[in-house]
Amino acid sequence: MLEMKDIAKSFPGVKAVDDVSFVLKSGEVHTLLGENGAGKTTLMNILFGIYRQDSGEILIDGKHVKISSPHNAIAHGIGMVQQHFTLVPSFTVAENTVLGLRELGVFPRTGRVERRIRELGDTYGLKVDPDARAWTLSVGEKQRVEILKILYTGAKILILDEPTAVLVPHETRALFDALRKMKEADTSVVFISHKLDEVMQISDRITVLRKGLAVDTVDKKATTKAALAKMMVGRDLLVDVPRTDVETGSKILEVKNLRVNDDRGLTAVNDISFTVRAGEVLGIAGVEGNGQRELAECIYGMRKPLNGKVFIDGQDITRTPVRKRVQLGLSFIPQDRKGMAISPNLSVEENLFAKNYATQSVPSHPLLSNRTGVSTASRKLVRDFSIVTPSEKTRAKYLSGGNIQKVVLARELSSSPKAVIAAQPTRGLDVGAMEFVYKTLLEQKKKGAAVLLLAGDLDELFRLADRVAVIYGGKLVGYASPDSSNREKIGLMMSGASGAGDEA
Amino acid sequence: MSDIVPFVVFTLQAAVRAGTPLLFAVLGDILTERSGVMNLGIEGLMLVGAISGFVASYSTGNLFLAIVVAMLAGAALGLVHAFFTISLRVNQIVSGLAITMLGTGISGLWGKGYVGVVAQRFTPMRIPLLSDIPYIGTIFFNHSLLVYISYICVPLLWLFVYKTKYGMTLRAVGEAPEAADSRGINVFAVRYFYTVLGCSITAIGGAYLSLAYNSMWIENMTAGRGWIAIALVLFATWDPVKALFGAYLFGGVTALGFRLQAIGADIPTDFLRMLPYLLTVVVLIFTSTEKLRLRVGAPATLGIPYSREEKT
Repeated sequence: MLEMKDIAKSFPGVKAVDDVSFVLKSGEVHTLLGENGAGKTTLMNILFGIYRQDSGEILIDGKHVKISSPHNAIAHGIGMVQQHFTLVPSFTVAENTVLGLRELGVFPRTGRVERRIRELGDTYGLKVDPDARAWTLSVGEKQRVEILKILYTGAKILILDEPTAVLVPHETRALFDALRKMKEADTSVVFISHKLDEVMQISDRITVLRKGLAVDTVDKKATTKAALAKMMVGRDLLVDVPRTDVETGSKILEVKNLRVNDDRGLTAVNDISFTVRAGEVLGIAGVEGNGQRELAECIYGMRKPLNGKVFIDGQDITRTPVRKRVQLGLSFIPQDRKGMAISPNLSVEENLFAKNYATQSVPSHPLLSNRTGVSTASRKLVRDFSIVTPSEKTRAKYLSGGNIQKVVLARELSSSPKAVIAAQPTRGLDVGAMEFVYKTLLEQKKKGAAVLLLAGDLDELFRLADRVAVIYGGKLVGYASPDSSNREKIGLMMSGASGAGDEA
Repeated sequence: MSDIVPFVVFTLQAAVRAGTPLLFAVLGDILTERSGVMNLGIEGLMLVGAISGFVASYSTGNLFLAIVVAMLAGAALGLVHAFFTISLRVNQIVSGLAITMLGTGISGLWGKGYVGVVAQRFTPMRIPLLSDIPYIGTIFFNHSLLVYISYICVPLLWLFVYKTKYGMTLRAVGEAPEAADSRGINVFAVRYFYTVLGCSITAIGGAYLSLAYNSMWIENMTAGRGWIAIALVLFATWDPVKALFGAYLFGGVTALGFRLQAIGADIPTDFLRMLPYLLTVVVLIFTSTEKLRLRVGAPATLGIPYSREEKT
């Protein structure tokens, strides 16, 4: 029913989509599989009218269409749920649903809209309170609202851009159930993902993209995970980075009864205690926004605790300034890569040595920086961490996400820290960069560092962590061993179902 | 003690008089800021409104025309601000300050020949029946036409912003422009429209000064009211009804200053004249919490230009 023919789109310096053709049948779930930067989202943004293609054409039911704006796309029965939700925070679910629609009267009455949302919610198993204000909703609920918004307009084509990235396992299952019901109603779904397990679960057909080119379109029944992985990356993947068991040593990082507020002055971390030993990775599993950011920032010293203590190597650092903590061997890989981890407008070199004044790893004059020393040292770091950059003088913001993260890793880990806080270290990275992060963190563990890993992706935790604690609503709700058999249990704990965990 | 009642009544009446120019400025700015465009040019807009309204009244003797001219002048400056901030994506603070300086300069230059002349002006009109209510009648219903217009504007704007689909669109554009855009709302057009409309209403506040409050042109006659209005918008959390209370509160503080001086209270006049500005500072301190902003639907993108393909 929908055909995209020879679509091409360039951004300054990159060919994002290169003569890609894509056919969507009615009532199918068609996955676009590929690494970050493969062009999946760009291709769909063209279909949804956010970008205009440089060349190529779009046909719906055999007829040429020009899609010049999202509004236009909606009129053609196409809806898209972006990775970043587009809800107006102070509006109710119903108001968000009808915003901008023609059917709206001058004085909108939402009673009818609310009934329709309840109906749709019941039909597809997407329950949400139509009268709730958007800012009070959880991430999973917001996503449901986004989907309902599209169904409400009667769209026949639904594009979902990495919808499961923000969901816990049972929410993902509910989403897939809803997608199956939509299929029955002859709605076509384009599912953008790079998670092979999910792709194999839900797809009918799969189109693999790599570096802007369509590699192939295959039937799910006629392919395997390994084959897809190979198409996606262009080489065989290390399916599992082996987890090495290191004998754990003394207590390195210790947190006692920590209570921290968020920026709004609400309790974000509520009485959390844990210990990480040398050579151990403690994973903290949780849906984002459950206090992870505040916890990490508090341990690093960027946020004052209301209560509780932080120790490194037995030394109380609760009142110690950040600079002193760095000297004591604490490293931090923040989750907000471009905002906090690097300074986007400074060069790679300057970012690599942004902390040097505190650690003095390159000898320098107290007032003047040692440019030659820094250049030599940064060239070595660029090589050691295989950072792909035109030069060390390039502004950091021009690097890809994976290479930016390598800059951060190089800066944070080259000083052989005693303890590492890694917050969502692989978010938004492609598979290659992810492997690199895993490898680097496991190396730290081997060297005897205590690693605190905050993540939402269970696969990541299972690969890296020796123990997994689950955070929900600012509390540690339980521990579990990192074992796939615990996936369901951990997922339940992450979503706040109480009593699911072991006490430890 | 029998003096106290008339003192209070006249102070309150003066509060309404002194609050009205602020009210127009705040109502206009609420529209502009709700769309996500910050406007620090209010002082300049009010001055241009004051001089253009005054000149039109002086040349034609037609007060209706005077208000229309003041609004058009405000709209013209608003269009400049819109072009710079929305199309060229110039920093909104810089553009706003430029508008203030431009407005101050234009009004000063243009007004040179009009200092000391007399023009047709708005005179107080008693509203039959309502003005006979004891106290209330004197306080609220013995004013010039512009004051009554401002009374009507408040509920109308409130209905418009919160209860109509146009108001929904306006709020969505200021709070989450990408959400509005994805629903086919033209963010640029909406911002242009409300910036220009808001500036033209703000200019009425200036015209009120030269055609009703002072009834003459004095250079820089706004005397910082534009800046107070900016703080009042925050105080009112972009709500037209709260704007009414805020404007009269500030008007009251101003009026109280004059009144106390008139009855010879033993307080330095400089201190009394400082009161509104002091209150501004206090208000700003108490209205800057994040949670409040979420609850009232503060225009989260205030000051941030919108661009569809922007990659950070």
